[in-house]
Amino acid sequence: MKKYFFVIGIFAFGSLQMLGQNFFTRNGHLGFFSKTNMEDIKANNESVTYIMDLTSGEINISALQTNFQFEKALMQEHYNENYMESSKYPKAIFKGKIDDMSKVNFKMEGVYNAKVSGNLEIHGVGKPYTVDAVFKVGGGHVVAETNFKVKCADHNIKIESSLKNNIAETIDVNAKADLTELKK
Amino acid sequence: MRQILVCCIALFSGFSWCQPENGDDLLSLLGDPDPVIYSTATFKSTRVINGQSIENVAGGVMDFRVSHRFGTFNSGIHKMFGLDLASMRLAFEYGLSDRVMVGLGRSNVNEEVDAFTKIKIFKQVESGSNKMPFSLSYFASIVMRGTEWAEPERENYFTSRLYYCHQLLLARKFNDQLSIQISPTFVHRNLVQTKADYHDIYALGYGGRYKLSRRLAVNAEYFQILGNRLPSINTNSLSLGVDLETGGHVFQLHVTNSSSMNEKGFITETTGEWGKGDIQFGFNISRVFTIKEKRPPIKQ
Repeated sequence: MKKYFFVIGIFAFGSLQMLGQNFFTRNGHLGFFSKTNMEDIKANNESVTYIMDLTSGEINISALQTNFQFEKALMQEHYNENYMESSKYPKAIFKGKIDDMSKVNFKMEGVYNAKVSGNLEIHGVGKPYTVDAVFKVGGGHVVAETNFKVKCADHNIKIESSLKNNIAETIDVNAKADLTELKK
Repeated sequence: MRQILVCCIALFSGFSWCQPENGDDLLSLLGDPDPVIYSTATFKSTRVINGQSIENVAGGVMDFRVSHRFGTFNSGIHKMFGLDLASMRLAFEYGLSDRVMVGLGRSNVNEEVDAFTKIKIFKQVESGSNKMPFSLSYFASIVMRGTEWAEPERENYFTSRLYYCHQLLLARKFNDQLSIQISPTFVHRNLVQTKADYHDIYALGYGGRYKLSRRLAVNAEYFQILGNRLPSINTNSLSLGVDLETGGHVFQLHVTNSSSMNEKGFITETTGEWGKGDIQFGFNISRVFTIKEKRPPIKQ
């Protein structure tokens, strides 16, 4: 009989722990920077959705293209109209996973470096990426942060030759999000 | 045996708990509705050709516009087929917000100064939970004619110099290439030439654009006067043109039978006839300057 209680105990404890497995935010940051001799272009999106399963290390990110804010309105229009074709491909989506879960312990406060691998879909074209990410765990928050590079050509983003000097072939992307528990 | 069974069940339940509930798509756990995506760039510029398009300059952006209409093609070799003559309008137009723009222009046709505002009422939704099939804007302008009084000996009022125009702009972007706009228009003239002339004129504008490439589009525009409220010498304004975009500039090149570049002018004062060769070459040049930068929100 005692054993039954033990089993039920584990079961109950396990389920409690599992309730807190998904962390998320709808106000994550995603920004990019294009640097050429002619022009610096940067844009930021502060309403990116991040959701992460702390047990499996799975991470999904979804960013609406039209939410990227540029310094110049005309750049923003060109970004959506000419390059991203945002009416056809409204979102950039990342679906990936922490490579080695033994590198992180989301139950313990601390700063963990880990590689995240997955598929990033931009402009309707997906490509596998592996990035170095930092996870800061503490106080009921997980802050995830990474920087990586995206080549326009990899996602079939065509830049006309007349603007090759204004728009970089490789764009620096930075991502940061403060995730909290998803309560059902 | 029973213990093993219980352990198996516990393990199995634990295993099933670990699985995300909707297969491998974590995002669907949030149950967020499809985002609303508004149509953008229904037209390249704030003008179809002469008339207003559904587009506004963005908030914080100044648009400096230079417009020219040369003389008519049928004016002959002595006027270089119209190129020796020119009507022009210079204007500064500014976006107070993404929805509201204002403008101030000066035209040498009848020494006119015009002031206007254009307000977006609602925007076409391309995809999302609430479908809106078209965009609607309201445009209002006031024009002051600066020429000497026709009869200076009688008592003339300042208000007699004023003209008003109200317009609804109803546009739909059918796809990346094709956009169509319909613009019901009302023009009020405080002073008209004769007693028989009407003060109020109604018109229906039709505009369209077809985008050929990222930087090139063709446009057409027609204003139909409703009812027989204008003298027979007046004609409907018809214009055909192309939009060329290079970075911050938009060049609009066109042929038209109107020489005025404000609404009350090209709608109610056009007398040129296409059939007789009263066709004028013209252009609008638009250069935008970002006055107030949309600063990216500061990261916390």
